[in-house]
Amino acid sequence: MNRRKFFKNSAFATVGTMLIPHFLKAYEANPFGASQSAGKTLVIVQLSGGNDGLNTVVPFRNDIYYRERPTIGIAPEKVLKLNDEIGFNPALEALKGLYDDGLVTVVNNVGYPNPDRSHFRSMDIWQTASDSNKYLTTGWLGRYLDANCHGNDCLAHRAIEVDDTLSLALKGQELTGLALLDPKKLYNQTRNGLVQELSKMKPDAETTAAHPNVSYLYKTLAETASSANYIYDKSKVTHTQTVYPTTELGNRLKTVSELITSGVNTNVYYISISGFDTHINQPGQQERLLRQYAEAVAAFTKDLKSTGKLNDVLLMTFSEFGRRVKQNASNGTDHGTANNLFLIGGGLTPGRVFNEAPNLTNLDEGDLKYSVDFRSIYATLLREWLKVDDVAVLGRPFETLKIVSQS
Amino acid sequence: MKERANKQHLFWRAGFGASPDRLRETEHQSVRKIVRKLFSDSQSFTPLPTVGGEQPNRRELKGLLQEGKLDRDKLKDRIRENREAIRDLNVLWMEQMASGRGALREKMALFWHGHFACRNQNNVRMVQQYTNVIREHALGNFGDLLMAVSKSPAMLQFLNNQQNRKNAPNENFAREVMELFTLGRANYTEHDIKEAARAFTGWGFNAQGEFVFRRNVHDDGEKTVFGKTGPFQGEDIIKLLLERKETATFVTTKLVRFLVNDDLPADQPDHQRIDQLADQFYQSNYDIAGLLETIFTSDWFYEPKNIGAHIKSPVELLAGLQRSLGIKFEQKQPILYVQRTLGQVLLYPPNVAGWPGGRNWIDSSSLLFRMKLPDLILKEGEVTIKPKDDGDVNTELLARKVNRMFAATIDWPAFEKAFQKVRDEELIDELALYLLPQPLTGSQRSLLVARVKKEATRSEQIRTLTTAIMSLPDYQLC
Repeated sequence: MNRRKFFKNSAFATVGTMLIPHFLKAYEANPFGASQSAGKTLVIVQLSGGNDGLNTVVPFRNDIYYRERPTIGIAPEKVLKLNDEIGFNPALEALKGLYDDGLVTVVNNVGYPNPDRSHFRSMDIWQTASDSNKYLTTGWLGRYLDANCHGNDCLAHRAIEVDDTLSLALKGQELTGLALLDPKKLYNQTRNGLVQELSKMKPDAETTAAHPNVSYLYKTLAETASSANYIYDKSKVTHTQTVYPTTELGNRLKTVSELITSGVNTNVYYISISGFDTHINQPGQQERLLRQYAEAVAAFTKDLKSTGKLNDVLLMTFSEFGRRVKQNASNGTDHGTANNLFLIGGGLTPGRVFNEAPNLTNLDEGDLKYSVDFRSIYATLLREWLKVDDVAVLGRPFETLKIVSQS
Repeated sequence: MKERANKQHLFWRAGFGASPDRLRETEHQSVRKIVRKLFSDSQSFTPLPTVGGEQPNRRELKGLLQEGKLDRDKLKDRIRENREAIRDLNVLWMEQMASGRGALREKMALFWHGHFACRNQNNVRMVQQYTNVIREHALGNFGDLLMAVSKSPAMLQFLNNQQNRKNAPNENFAREVMELFTLGRANYTEHDIKEAARAFTGWGFNAQGEFVFRRNVHDDGEKTVFGKTGPFQGEDIIKLLLERKETATFVTTKLVRFLVNDDLPADQPDHQRIDQLADQFYQSNYDIAGLLETIFTSDWFYEPKNIGAHIKSPVELLAGLQRSLGIKFEQKQPILYVQRTLGQVLLYPPNVAGWPGGRNWIDSSSLLFRMKLPDLILKEGEVTIKPKDDGDVNTELLARKVNRMFAATIDWPAFEKAFQKVRDEELIDELALYLLPQPLTGSQRSLLVARVKKEATRSEQIRTLTTAIMSLPDYQLC
């Protein structure tokens, strides 16, 4: 048999540090990497399904709103007022508290040119930051990893999605983020059966040259195991004192908080929650989800305050599109376009309503027109929050917005 | 040995692998003969049958609703039934890939599904028609395939050509037909798209889900496309696209990437080969079978750098696993669950550009899940990974029922029989030779051998080793 000479490091023939591949050894020595993106952390909460922005931030002075939404419109006296025009859905009471503390910025009318009303496509566009007529195979946070990967600094866990599977947003050309629902679960997965032993094998130079995909697979496995190990190790001693609601988002934000407190070298966290596709009987469903959202975020913010991290963490919440201005016949709303977006944290200048309320008289086929391209927000977060080159990630310059405190 | 590896390579690329028995049948056959058999096995075409009864489409349902013949709850039920039926279609097609005779046809249909990517969740009849179009023409003539897909209601709806009307053109279809289906970027101008969109005005479908040319919304004026002027209709544009050599080059390159090597190396010889193949494709008036035959019988196809160079897509992985061990799932959930968790749901491509493929399939979590998959299927292991909701209230069903077992019948006896005559000390290498594109390394081998209990019977040895070999990162490649 023409047996290939393959793995140099046999799990059985060698001992000790020989087992650890070089590219892992390199950062064991320098686990925090060279740069920490200015010590800032970005947390993204994606509301999947298309959250109805007009019933989230309600234009309570607008007659058209009440005319188009006779049964699902939220009465002015119930609205938690932010200014003379708009206010929060009453289910966002916990968020209103944060707003009053100057921790929340509301950006209205966020969208992109030629909007797509399909969940999948629009979510693709938000996750890849592409134009609506282009198809990218990498996500904007994956490209953030690519662009900021230097030498020993190329770590999957610099961007973590708190879930079992990884979203396109975190997939780059060279690097992808790490998905974990909780550090222990991932750690156990990498200790299971063959995985642990296989993660220590490294194809030799000959194999790498002849079969680059073999070495790619083993490299991915080794990095996963190493990241899982590192994160589990760092985080197992950290347990927050703050009480979180026992909802999916509550649990996930708690995991994020514990990871941040543990000092892991992660700059970006990603969470998605679903259920916002409210075609039928919207009010009960949406209010339940918004209340869960607000309460989880309030607990997270309180937790950050208690650990002194509030000024170093910024949370952004978006949805792939807003919904039609006019309600449908089932007490629900159908897919729309532009939407509002929240930024939450202590590093904002100053927390407020950033721009004009939606214009309900100037619609595009019954849908809101956007005035802020979502990529302007990404550019701002990249350049002014994470302090990295936004053009390298987004492919071209977008106007940045004055939302991050310069102090 | 080398010859057997070559045959494995052929079966994997021209299908979803072969059972050990099938492979043995070919022991004394030439590659040419096997290729001929692959084509003859795929000669006949059987359409996927209608599933879930006759489902009225959304518009018909709305009509019934307005006439008071249907209430809201029933409407919701009907939409749900429709989506359920599309999932049934997915499973039926998957069955063809996993155990059908025409593996080559299904493999190529999978390629065309990624090439002519289309998703339509509202009308199972349209989806069925589209799926059967790409299956029927999978090995035929690319021009016929292009025309049939372009006229399929599922595609026309997906790319908004129903809204493409005289005086209010919608360019979506015209753009994608050039950018993704034929010429590729940079081989047309925005002006070409605008003018071609006018030619496609009127192409649409009726309530029965049949193609119709709606003359009254067609723009019958003169159009200039690729420098040629005439009162073109849609068919004329398709013809003009096929006349362009760039179409042959674009499609051939994509096909070679799919069949031969994910990372098409940029070195000169390969490009010359692709040019030659594209020439042949163009000269033959786009004969798909002829092109495939040339590829499968060329020495280049069997060069070591191309063997094991392809990362199996989730559908290839699952179909291959099923084919190797004659696996039949008792229910459809595991099939949908694997597709969903690993990111390739048939009939739900991510967008019109299809699945990016290659290394895009692999990230930390998908790799761990792939390595766990043989355990789930062969040992009915515990399912602990939950795929994401995609946000659409109507597809949430797909994500549920995660905690059920992978109940399946596995044809272990046939598999074990195929290795009956192999001596004990050669068993692991023989299994690896059958399951992997490259032989095991020394360290892999020791790791696997250590998993077999001392007192294990022959049958237990085979099962343990097979499951373990299929759990290697190397099994992701073919």
